[in-house]
Amino acid sequence: MYVIKKKKQWSEKVFTCWIDAPWVARSASPGQFLVTINSCKGERIPMTIVDVDGDSIELLFQVVGKSTLELSRMNEGDSLYAVVGPLGNPSVLQKFDGPAVFVAGGIGVGPIYPIAKKAKEMGNKVISIMGSRSETLLVMTDQMREISDELLISTDDGSCGRKGFVTDLLREVLERDEKPSHIWAIGPAIMMKFVALTAKPFNVPLTVSLNPIMVDATGMCGVCRVYVNGENKLACVDGPEFDGYAVDYDGFMGRLTQYQEKEAVALKHYMELEG
Amino acid sequence: MADMLPIKERLKIKRHEMPTLDPEKRGKIFEEVPTGYTVEDAISEAQRCLQCKVATCMDGCPAQVRIPHFIEAIVAEDFEKALEELKVTNALPAVCGRVCPQETQCENTCVLEKQKRPVAIGRLERFVADWNRNNVGHKLPVCAPEGEIKGKVAIVGAGPAGIACAADLSKACYDVTVFEALHKVGGVLRYGIPDFRLPKDILDSEIDAIKETGVKFVTNVVVGNSITVDELALEYDAVFIGNGAGGPRMLGIPGENLNGVYSASEFLVRVNLMGARNFPDFDTPVNFGRKVVVFGAGNVAMDAVRTALRLGADEATIVYRRTKNEAPARDEEIMHAEEEGVKFHFLASPVKINGKNGRVASIICQLMKLGEPDSSGRARPVPDEGKTMEIEVDTVIVAIGQQANPIVAKSATGVRTDKRGYFVASLETGQTTREGVFAGGDIVTGAATVIEAVGAGKNAAQAIDRFIRSKKLSVAEEANK
Repeated sequence: MYVIKKKKQWSEKVFTCWIDAPWVARSASPGQFLVTINSCKGERIPMTIVDVDGDSIELLFQVVGKSTLELSRMNEGDSLYAVVGPLGNPSVLQKFDGPAVFVAGGIGVGPIYPIAKKAKEMGNKVISIMGSRSETLLVMTDQMREISDELLISTDDGSCGRKGFVTDLLREVLERDEKPSHIWAIGPAIMMKFVALTAKPFNVPLTVSLNPIMVDATGMCGVCRVYVNGENKLACVDGPEFDGYAVDYDGFMGRLTQYQEKEAVALKHYMELEG
Repeated sequence: MADMLPIKERLKIKRHEMPTLDPEKRGKIFEEVPTGYTVEDAISEAQRCLQCKVATCMDGCPAQVRIPHFIEAIVAEDFEKALEELKVTNALPAVCGRVCPQETQCENTCVLEKQKRPVAIGRLERFVADWNRNNVGHKLPVCAPEGEIKGKVAIVGAGPAGIACAADLSKACYDVTVFEALHKVGGVLRYGIPDFRLPKDILDSEIDAIKETGVKFVTNVVVGNSITVDELALEYDAVFIGNGAGGPRMLGIPGENLNGVYSASEFLVRVNLMGARNFPDFDTPVNFGRKVVVFGAGNVAMDAVRTALRLGADEATIVYRRTKNEAPARDEEIMHAEEEGVKFHFLASPVKINGKNGRVASIICQLMKLGEPDSSGRARPVPDEGKTMEIEVDTVIVAIGQQANPIVAKSATGVRTDKRGYFVASLETGQTTREGVFAGGDIVTGAATVIEAVGAGKNAAQAIDRFIRSKKLSVAEEANK
């Protein structure tokens, strides 16, 4: 079980893996996520489900620390210790009157792709906005183009699409005569915060998908708690999607830093062992 | 072989104390604290049992363990037979001998309790299980299924309730599959109870014995998400839900989301299930500070505070709004904590957690005094107006109880839950509001003891056996018409 069937490297730090995980594949819906564990000593890492094909699921991940580095070094044919899911609630989609806008920052495109794809299948006009620091970090643009009526791209350095941020492009879309009905935004916490600030005056509903630190990811430990409308919610069982205008982003970002020092220790320890 | 002594002689023997590791040394290590009876201790303690005709001790046991029988076998020095007697009703004697609150259960209904010196039933249970594991190997004498398979049963959750239900159904010739959401089986016995109370190789050994009877354990399957209860009900003759309460309850006070504030579940899961005390050899870290405070005074709170000490905290303190008398933890756990140097702040209720740079810096507590008894019969703590205290801390662990986990319930059509999210089920049979679906343990009663969950699993196993047999009988009668 949990064999890596296919692996693709997008850039220095971004990878796609197809992994055999029949219990996840049989019931995964857009908006849900899963947990992977590399080895018997591994940690439980929440990951987004990009796509499903038979018994396999597709993951998109960026190397940020020890566990993702270790995963990126595993090859086709290798097995993970565990893949668990699907977890969290599926996205609630419908046929909207106006366009549905999907804003993806960095590898946030991974989880946003299946949601946008489903929205398109339901007959919605899909406007996708993708952004990253630079062209080399942009991934899955072809897949996104395929399911979008319109694809807009921004990079911080201008190496692809508009020079600037996704929020610049979003503002222009929101200023158009054809008013969008709903916005989804998935990416770094700071991006989602600024999407909320940008979109708020236009009064268009916004859904964000949160990616906090998790352990069991089944509602048991509570590490993923976040204030939404002033009330503590668990991203793993109450989310991962929440009303983008109700999330306490500053509190959320604070909790993301909890293990920064330990993460550095783990990476150093791994590099000393494995090089 | 030891002689059965006359009653007069038996009454003269003093209750044997449980030997423990030296508190000075054990406070920093995860070795099991009570070291267990010697053979001599066990036989002598077993001789204290009066072999009452009406075994009132059994009334106090939710699993109906055949207490006089197994103790009689210890006196006869037939420890293998003693284990067989235990395993007639309880698949987890090494676990229950360690973590059951015998003082409120079997030992509380022992006739000698009237003289405040009941037979040490729990310690004897543990001795029998340990002796067999060490001397006979892990192939423990559980009855293997014989004859025709009577049906297929799915069990949700590999904790004490699910394991007990699975073991009994397997013995009764059912094909049993246990689905577990985590990557390891055992439930709270795995992720909640620390090694110094329940070493994990002992848990593994008892679960291995159950596997040998043919029970299949499937890990990494989240019932409710990976597969629904509705799907299980179609595929299996019956479903037992024993997924535990398993949601963290927080206080709802300001500062609760600061870094350095843990639920007890998170803290214990990181250390017990994920191996955080061996970070970075294991990937999962835990941040613990020099000054740790734990809110609550139940067994989970004691586990958390003693774990914090072992991880290297300079100071670990329990803060509880009532007094030691009302504390829900076992006396033994509180005593062990005190011996190891845990501090206690009674009659203090946390009202705010102060932070500095996003991290916990101190807690503010309202001082309390005891008032009239409340609905639980315990004296109600009331604020001692105008009196507060501030304690500087860097880690806060909230251990004030659990709430129902919503994942399983949302996928179970027709299985009613109460307003707090717990399943509505008969305490005698586990029957829920849907035919063929049974539930027991913490997800029905709210947080309770391991043995109560074992008892609920056992009761449900009997009810499931009756349900499937009568269903098959009526199908057969229908076919014969």
